[in-house]
Amino acid sequence: MMDAGPVEILISAILVIGGFFALVGSWGLARMPSLMTRLHGPTKVTTLGVGSCLIASMIYFPAVQGTYSAHELLITLFLFLTAPITANMIAKAHLHRQGKAIDPNPMDDIAEGLPETGRGTGWATFDGRSADPSDPPL
Amino acid sequence: MIEIAVLFAISCVGLAMALNLWRLARGPTTADRILALDTMTINAIALMVLMQIQQGSAVYFEAALLLAMVGFLGTVAYCKFLLRGDIIE
Repeated sequence: MMDAGPVEILISAILVIGGFFALVGSWGLARMPSLMTRLHGPTKVTTLGVGSCLIASMIYFPAVQGTYSAHELLITLFLFLTAPITANMIAKAHLHRQGKAIDPNPMDDIAEGLPETGRGTGWATFDGRSADPSDPPL
Repeated sequence: MIEIAVLFAISCVGLAMALNLWRLARGPTTADRILALDTMTINAIALMVLMQIQQGSAVYFEAALLLAMVGFLGTVAYCKFLLRGDIIE
C-alpha cells in the first residue's frame, strides 16, 4: 500500500479536477443550443480535463510506481495541438453548410445564408483575388 | 485516497461519454455528430489514462496515443468530406 503524503493528495486533487472538467465539457456539449456555442465545451473544457488526467498520470507513475515514460507528454502535446484544429474544421464545415441551408439549425441564425463579409473575399475560403483594391493581396 | 479519486474521475468521464452519446444520437446537424464523436474519442483517452492509474500498469499508453492520432485524423476527414464531398482531392 502506498503511503499517504502530499504527493498523493496532489494526485487526487488533480484527478478530481480532471474528472469534473471532463464532465462539465460534455455537459456543455449536451446542453448548449447551437453548434457554435457547443464547440466551446469540448474544445476547451474537455481538453483541460484530459490534460489534468494526463498530468496526474505523469506525477503518479514516477512518484508511486517508480517507472517513467514520456507517453503522457506526447498525448498531452498532441491533444493540445489538435483540439483547436478540429474545432476550426468543424466550425468551418458547419458555417458553409448552414450558409448554403444544408440541414439548417434555426438556433444558429445563419440558416438563411451568411451575412456579407464587407470585403471582396468570401467566408474563410480561397475564392480568387479580391475585387476591392484596398484589400491586401491573397 | 487515490483509489477514490480515480473512481470519481472514471465515473465523471463515463457520465460524460453517456452525454456525448446522447448528442451523437440526437444531432441535429451532421457537424454536431462529428463534434460529439470527437469529444467521445478524447473522453476515451481520458478513460484509458485513468484505468492505467487504477491498475498501476502502463499498457494502455500506446492505445491512448494511437486513439488521439486516429481520432484527430477521423475528425479532419469527416469535416473535409462535409466541406468538399471528397477527402483527398
